[in-house]
Amino acid sequence: MSDLALHRILEPDGTLSGDSPLPVDRIADLFRRMVAARTYDRKATAMQKQGRLATYAPFQGQEAAQIGSTAALEPRDWVVGSYRDAAAMWDHGYPWVNLILGRTGDERGGHAPEGVNVLPPSITVGAHMIHAVGLGWASKLRGEDAVAMTFFGDGATSEGDFHEAMNFAGVFATPTVFVCENNGWAISMPRERQTASETIAQKGKAYGVKGVLVDGNDLLAVYDVAKRAVARARAGEGATLIEALTYRIGPHTTTDDDRRYRTETVVEEWRVLDPLERVRNYLRANDGWSEEWERGIEDTESRAVEDAVIEAETLTAFGPGEIFDAMFAEITGPLAAQREESERGGA
Amino acid sequence: MSERNLAQAVNHALDLALADPDVVLLGEDVGSTGGVFRISDGLQQRHGVDKVIDTPVAESGIIGAAFGMAVAGMKPIAEIQFMGFSYPAYDQVVSHVSRIRNRSRHRFTCPMVIRIPYGAGIGAAEHHSESAEIIYAHTPGLKVVVPSNPYDAKGLFLAAVADPDPVIFLEPIRLYRAVKGEVPDEAYQVPLGVADIVADGDDVTLIGYGAMMREIRRSVGVLAEHGVGATAVDLRTISPLDIETIVEAARHTGRAVVVHEAPRTGGLAGEIIALIQEHALYDLQAPIARVTGWDTVVPLRRAEHHYVPTVDRIVAAALKTLEA
Repeated sequence: MSDLALHRILEPDGTLSGDSPLPVDRIADLFRRMVAARTYDRKATAMQKQGRLATYAPFQGQEAAQIGSTAALEPRDWVVGSYRDAAAMWDHGYPWVNLILGRTGDERGGHAPEGVNVLPPSITVGAHMIHAVGLGWASKLRGEDAVAMTFFGDGATSEGDFHEAMNFAGVFATPTVFVCENNGWAISMPRERQTASETIAQKGKAYGVKGVLVDGNDLLAVYDVAKRAVARARAGEGATLIEALTYRIGPHTTTDDDRRYRTETVVEEWRVLDPLERVRNYLRANDGWSEEWERGIEDTESRAVEDAVIEAETLTAFGPGEIFDAMFAEITGPLAAQREESERGGA
Repeated sequence: MSERNLAQAVNHALDLALADPDVVLLGEDVGSTGGVFRISDGLQQRHGVDKVIDTPVAESGIIGAAFGMAVAGMKPIAEIQFMGFSYPAYDQVVSHVSRIRNRSRHRFTCPMVIRIPYGAGIGAAEHHSESAEIIYAHTPGLKVVVPSNPYDAKGLFLAAVADPDPVIFLEPIRLYRAVKGEVPDEAYQVPLGVADIVADGDDVTLIGYGAMMREIRRSVGVLAEHGVGATAVDLRTISPLDIETIVEAARHTGRAVVVHEAPRTGGLAGEIIALIQEHALYDLQAPIARVTGWDTVVPLRRAEHHYVPTVDRIVAAALKTLEA
């Protein structure tokens, strides 16, 4: 199959059209992780409506694109994502409480546990892709084999930094895996308004980066291409650009009203292509699923997310001095004076 | 100890820094040709292509990739060819390099040095003569260093490399080969955030940094011919400022002139004057003067001399403070 032909293994009805890269029990485990991520996504959206979180960017529909990719990584590898990549970040070890803290508006959310190689989500669009190039490059220069995987949307490919990241990755053959979650929308602008290119994957060719197009709602196909991309990177064969065709079922963020720019009919067409539903269909046909089991996962994860929310909400907000305490390794003299002034309440 | 000019001092400091396996130098033309100012001359030959890395022409890419290296635990030194070319990388600097420590509450850090030649005086093309240091000094999370002589250039540079946070290291283009001095051969550091008193007089205090220190030192001599004793302060680091030294030097004479090549409005002189009046207003004998570049684009070669502050302008300003 040509790389730029759409790669798919699991059909929407749950049947296989290619060889499964994973045994049923591994697929069931990845399904569990997708259910966990969706549970978080729903709870976070609900909590935002209750005023307990600041703006939230839902990722519903993109679970397979994210978790199918991170499932191919080792703990020593890096994940560099954007604000919509909570599933990928969590799947690579970033705790729910960190994600929730970030969403409540607290910098401590960005403090990943030691050993978890996940950067805090990039809020500016596109600037973080080149960070994954640098992280992978460092690994290569040090003779190590860690790979850096970065997630971004179709809108981010319009940024100049996409070009610079792809170009550096190509020139220096860095161990970087670019995962473009082409979810059809950049806030209100459809994919065709971002680029006249037929696919995003084909842009890789011009940079000497291998481009691959995959059905982003097909967990098995995403895992398959991600695994190959990671293996290539680790073997020193360079970077890969994966375009995962998916769809943003929710609005851009909880402040966005997507009815202003798209119809529910289109959303419905994608809803039936739900990435969880097709894995569920597959597992059901292969004796790997029961309703009770899935409800159990939802209950467990729901409690885990609630615990994370309580932990986040219990944490006392920064005082007027603490906002100064992570500007430098050691606070500078002028900043220490401002810190005192802030604690005094001015003057 | 050897006599070196400022360019040779930075080259020498780079050579020493590159001995650390985690240090790399990357930038446009830094390798095989040794940089457009030859500051990294011979270093790729000595340290290898994986240590002194020629990059594509992409400033945002250079700083963004260096950011990733730094987060991974390396100590990249990134060169931006001219200050006027630093703007495409500014988003990386302000949105990521300066913030990752705060955004992750110390979990991830970015110990990197960004070297940028700055300033006018060599009659280069447009965009090659900028003094935009204030945009970096105004950005929280950065340290900004500007040496004015070979000894400080080497010591400040090695301190910048050792610093656990990002440092913008500005190199005064027209002093590269114009100032010479004795520079020890061994490694040493000049601490960041500490200004230097380079002349000690009782009548007026001149405050400046970087390229303008040459004019300031000459002004001290001219003022002496007028029977005026000048104290001169070389800030060396413009963020964080050595507030105590600045204020004490102003208080000592009760009169001050602040000098920089950058445009006047919103420039560092305004900040320094504010600090002096906050801490020492009642010790002042005269309004503080500032001698700066104008709020114009730096003129091209034929008219550049109208822009850059001169000894005449500094001396005139100093004498005026003595009339009060």
